[in-house]
Amino acid sequence: MTDLFGFWAVFFPVLRVWFTCLVVLIMLPAMFGISLGITETYMKILLKTLEWATHRIQRASRAEEILKRSASNGLIQRNDSSLEQEIEELRRNRPKSAERGDFTLSDVLYFSTRGIESIVEDDVTQRFTSEELVSWNLLTRTNNNFQYISLRLTVLWGVGVVVRYCILLPLRITLTAIGLSWLVIGTTMVGFLPNFRVKGWLSELVHLMCYRICARGLSATIHYHNKQNRPKRGGICVANHTSPIDVVILANDGCYAMVGQVHGGLMGVLQRAMERSCPHIWFERAEMRDRHLVTQRLRDHVNNKTKLPILIFPEGTCINNTSVMMFKKGSFEIGGTIYPVAIKYDPQFGDAFWNSSKYSMVSYLLRMMTSWAIVCNVWYLPPMTQEEGEDAVQFANRVKSTIAQQGGLVDLAWDGGLKRAKVKESFKEQQQKKYSHMVVGDDSSD
Amino acid sequence: MGSRASSLLREEDIEEIKKETGFSHSQITRLYSRFHSLDKGENGALSREDFQRIPELAINPLGDRIINAFFPEGTNKKYTAREDQVNFRGFMRTLAHFRPVEDNEKNKDLTSGEPLNSRTNKLHFAFQLYDLDRDDKISRDELLQVLRMMVGVNISDEQLGSIADRTIQEADTNGDMCISFSEFTKVLEKVDVEQKMSIRFLH
Repeated sequence: MTDLFGFWAVFFPVLRVWFTCLVVLIMLPAMFGISLGITETYMKILLKTLEWATHRIQRASRAEEILKRSASNGLIQRNDSSLEQEIEELRRNRPKSAERGDFTLSDVLYFSTRGIESIVEDDVTQRFTSEELVSWNLLTRTNNNFQYISLRLTVLWGVGVVVRYCILLPLRITLTAIGLSWLVIGTTMVGFLPNFRVKGWLSELVHLMCYRICARGLSATIHYHNKQNRPKRGGICVANHTSPIDVVILANDGCYAMVGQVHGGLMGVLQRAMERSCPHIWFERAEMRDRHLVTQRLRDHVNNKTKLPILIFPEGTCINNTSVMMFKKGSFEIGGTIYPVAIKYDPQFGDAFWNSSKYSMVSYLLRMMTSWAIVCNVWYLPPMTQEEGEDAVQFANRVKSTIAQQGGLVDLAWDGGLKRAKVKESFKEQQQKKYSHMVVGDDSSD
Repeated sequence: MGSRASSLLREEDIEEIKKETGFSHSQITRLYSRFHSLDKGENGALSREDFQRIPELAINPLGDRIINAFFPEGTNKKYTAREDQVNFRGFMRTLAHFRPVEDNEKNKDLTSGEPLNSRTNKLHFAFQLYDLDRDDKISRDELLQVLRMMVGVNISDEQLGSIADRTIQEADTNGDMCISFSEFTKVLEKVDVEQKMSIRFLH
C-alpha cells in the first residue's frame, strides 16, 4: 500500500510539470498564433539527420541508386501519339485497297501494346496508394525497397522509433484531446450568446484556437502563400483532397463553413458543437442523393454574404497528392465566386494520404501522429468565376488545371471514384468509335 | 531492415526469371512491386478481376483478349496454380514478349532456345489474340469476333462480314479459308513488329 502511495507521490509532480510545460510552451503560443521556435529547431535537426541518412544509403549502394533515383519514378516511357497516328503508321507499308474497308491484321498490334503498357504502369491505380519516396526517411512504413545498410543507420532508426512512439505520440495525443475538447466546450459556450457580431467574432476565435492546437498535435508546419487571395465571405473555397487533415490545414488560417454528411459518434459530437456557434452545412445521408436539394442549400448559404465561405473538395475522395483528379461539377453549378486553393504535402516527413481501403480513421490518425511531422504548402489562387459560354464541366476543368499547375501535380481527367467503382462503358465505346472511323472512313456505313 | 515487397521474391527466383525473360534485376524488382500492387487479394497471384481494375485496360477494346493472354490453356504448374490465376513468373513470361529487341544483346545463354521477345514470338502473341481456340488457325468466325470487339456497334454485320472475307482472301495462300501462322507472318512481313510491339523501360 505504501509502495503505491509512494509511486503516486512521485508521479503526480511529474505529471504536473508535464502539463505545465505543455500548456506554456505549446498550447498558449499556439492559441495566439505565436511561435517559440521549438518546432523550427526540431525540423532543422530532423532535416540534417535525414540528409545524413540519405547520404549514407546512397554511398552504400552506388550502382543501382543512380538509376533508381530518377525524379519521375516512372517505369516505362508511354507513347503519347493518338490512335489515328499509330494505326496509320502500322498500315503504312500496306498497299491501299481500292474498296472501302481498310482493316489490316496489324491493327491489333496497337491495342495490344497499349494494353500491356497500361498493365505495367497506368495513370490511375497508382494515385490510390502512397507515393514512393526517392530516399528512405527512417520510417518502417516507407521501407519498400531499401535493404540493410549499416549499423549506425539501424541505431538511428531505433532512436527514431523511441522518439516517435514514446515522446512525440503521447504529446500529440494529449494536444489533440485538449484541442478537440476545447472546440466542443468553447463552441457550446459561444452558442449560448444571443448577440450577433460579438458571437461571430468569438466563434471564429474559438475555432481558430482549437485548430491551431490540433495542428500542433500533428506537428504540422504549414506555409501559406498569397494570403491576399484568401477566400472571402459568400464564396466557395475548393481544394485538392488528400486526407481529412486538409480541413485542419486550411482552417488554421481562416474560418470556413464545412459541408458534409452527418456522422454519429465522436464526429457527430464535434459537428453538433460546431453548428451551435456558427452555421455549417451538414446533410443527412438520404438528403445527399437529392442533388437539387444539396445545390439549393449551398446556394442559399453562398447568397447570404454574411456567412463564412464554404469549403468543398470536388474530387470527392482522397487522392495521394501526386495528381488532381476529375472535379465533380456539382460545386461549380452553385454560382458565386470560386477561390481555388492548392495543397501540397512534403512526403519526406510524413505521408499524409489516407488510404481508406487499407486503414481505418483511427489507425490513420495514429500513423499521422507517429510520423516525423506534417509539412505542407498552401497556395491561395486568385478567385475565378464562370465565364460566358462555359458550362460547369469546362469551368471545373479550368479550375482543376490552375490548382494542378500551382501545386506541381499531374492534371488527370479520370474520376477519383474509380478507386472503388468500375470505369464507364462509354469510354470503351469512344475508342471503338474512333477505330471504326479508321476502318470504314468518315462516311456512314450504309 | 529487409524490404517488404521484394522480400517475398527470392534471389534465386529473380535469377531464374532473368534467364528466362531477359529482364534486368532492377526491372524485375520494379515489376514485382507493380504485380504486388495489383494483387489486391495478397495471395501471390493475379485473377482476371485484378487486371480489370486497371481503368485504361478496361476501356481497351481488346482488353479481355489481352488479359486472356496471361492465362494460357491447360495448367502449366510453373505459371499458374489454378486455371484462373497467374503467378509472378507467368506474369513476367507474358510481359517478356514486349521487351525491346536490342541488337547488341546476344542472348545465346538463354536456356529456352529462342528469346521470348524475338520477332517470331511477338508475332505469335499477336496471332493468339485472334486465335481463341488455340488451333493455330484464324477462322472467319474468330476474325469476326475480334473485329466486333474493336469496332463495337458502329459497323453493320454485313459490312464486317465482307471486311473479314476480304482479309482472309488476301492472306490465305493454301485455300483453306483460314489464316495459319505462316500466312499471318507473311501479311505482316513489312510491319516493324519489333518496334511496335515493345515497351521502352526507363532503366
